[in-house]
Amino acid sequence: MKTRVVLWTVAALAILLVLPAVLSSYQLSLLTKMLIFGIFAMSLDLLLGYAGLPSLGHAAYFGVAAYTVGLLALRVANNFWVDFPAGLLMAACVSALFGLFALRTRGSYFLMITLALGQVLWGIAFGWRSLTGGDDGLPSVPRPQLPLPWALTEGVPFYYFVLAFFALASGVLWVIVSSPFGRALVGIRESERRMEVLGYDVWRYKYLAFILAGLFAGLAGNLFVYFNGFVSPSYLNIVFSASALLMVILGGAGTLVGPALGAAVIVFLENLISAYMERWVLVLGVIYVLVTLFAPGGLVGLVRQRLGSSGT
Amino acid sequence: MTFWVTQALNGISFGMLLFLLAAGLSLIYGLMRILNLAHGSYYILGGYVGLAAIRVTGSFVLAALAATVTVTLVGVVMERFFLRRFPDQELPQALLTFGFLLIFADLSLWLWGGTPQTLPKPEIFERSIRIGTIVFPSYRLFVIGVGLVIGLGLWWLQEGTRLGAMIRAGVDDAEMARGTGVNVGLLSTAVFALGACLAGLGGIIGGPFVGVYPGADFEVLEMALVVVIIGGLGSLKGAFVGGLVVGLLDNFGKALFPELALFTVFAPMAIILAIRPTGLFGVR
Repeated sequence: MKTRVVLWTVAALAILLVLPAVLSSYQLSLLTKMLIFGIFAMSLDLLLGYAGLPSLGHAAYFGVAAYTVGLLALRVANNFWVDFPAGLLMAACVSALFGLFALRTRGSYFLMITLALGQVLWGIAFGWRSLTGGDDGLPSVPRPQLPLPWALTEGVPFYYFVLAFFALASGVLWVIVSSPFGRALVGIRESERRMEVLGYDVWRYKYLAFILAGLFAGLAGNLFVYFNGFVSPSYLNIVFSASALLMVILGGAGTLVGPALGAAVIVFLENLISAYMERWVLVLGVIYVLVTLFAPGGLVGLVRQRLGSSGT
Repeated sequence: MTFWVTQALNGISFGMLLFLLAAGLSLIYGLMRILNLAHGSYYILGGYVGLAAIRVTGSFVLAALAATVTVTLVGVVMERFFLRRFPDQELPQALLTFGFLLIFADLSLWLWGGTPQTLPKPEIFERSIRIGTIVFPSYRLFVIGVGLVIGLGLWWLQEGTRLGAMIRAGVDDAEMARGTGVNVGLLSTAVFALGACLAGLGGIIGGPFVGVYPGADFEVLEMALVVVIIGGLGSLKGAFVGGLVVGLLDNFGKALFPELALFTVFAPMAIILAIRPTGLFGVR
């Protein structure tokens, strides 16, 4: 089992490494976006798939990081070594604050409160025009200048820059979920009371997972503002938060590869459908309904079912 | 003085509208533990269908009827054919209702366009009422009246009728209610229909002063959620008190501190959350 996972990972990484050679620059930018949203979806899965906490406000941490990097790069200095860590730090701080409120509740209340807290940030970004530019957002955020032989303003070097972070994030998340900490989260998802009886400080585990999820969402936000060169309140709103949930469920919650695949599928479909018709939002709504009705275990679940039934 | 009275009346009338919206959200949660994210869609559907009906018939009453009937049917279909498959599973419920929220939002944009619309008021409420120095639109008083009547009606339904007794039994313990012969399935559909109907009514009542526009569905959902977070999910009293509190906070916030408008609503919500995560009158 372990060796198969390693083989698949090496194969996937090898494919991702050589893809720039065959893709057009437009396709490559789409792939870059898929990787960034993949990090975002995986970060939410740490909460949803492992700790069993369905957050409907995950865009908050993505957006806070994006605004932090955008504001620092535009108003202070475009210094990667300051801006990038600052974005991560802000995402972690906001999730540490929101976690205090949200983790007092569970189930539907947790959904509702994460949603409401996320909308508070959206409201600030929307209303505080002098700082955030309101709904016009912050245009022309520059990409970082690093002491590398390639300029990140070019598509291919930027793709490798994002791929490096994607590999790093997947690796760290994999270590987290296979560690005793990750196992304990799964235990909490299955039965909080049992874990409490076993002597686990359940709240502390959930709180740490909440902050880690916010931190990785912040990483995705950091990369996305460099990718897009633009921040707007839509990075913070409920539609984006919900689409992260959809990516996780569509791919398969409780696995790391599932959410990354789910993110890739949604980014691909959005691009494909928007090219042919204006009604992407309608189609997206239908996807939500279809996934809930017919693929609750996600793509990974469907594959497992197929393998299971052919194996016996 | 005039300022305070006028703003208070404005706040109360907006609060009554929020009560109509939050009451349905809260009732549905109380009985079925469903957080219906498409609740704001019922508001815009009610508003748009009402507007179309007014243009055809010219009658506010007929339009109100058309709007509430349409939205009630939409609610029944959502409950019977979709949400019923996922009892007590909050994540599938959230994804489904969010999917419907997007579908209705885009369909409305497609059918009715992106320009904000206001519904015409019923003719008898076109004028303003003058008491001393205070001039106040009579329509706002009408809204307060509708809110009070609906509130009393719902209270009577819950406390004074057989149906209400069954709902309360279902809220307390659905299994036990089923055991004593209550048809919880049918009851769920009825409560969902009632909640949708109230939100649709909200669309037609709010249409003349709040208006209908793309994005109103999200704003309504957000405000209704703040109301139930403050008042507590599953409680009618909570929806009523929460609606008034949020309506007044929002109005005075906008009038006194326009820059901080959202904070005057969200800050109390955060305080309530910190002290009582289940709201003032919430059920567990």
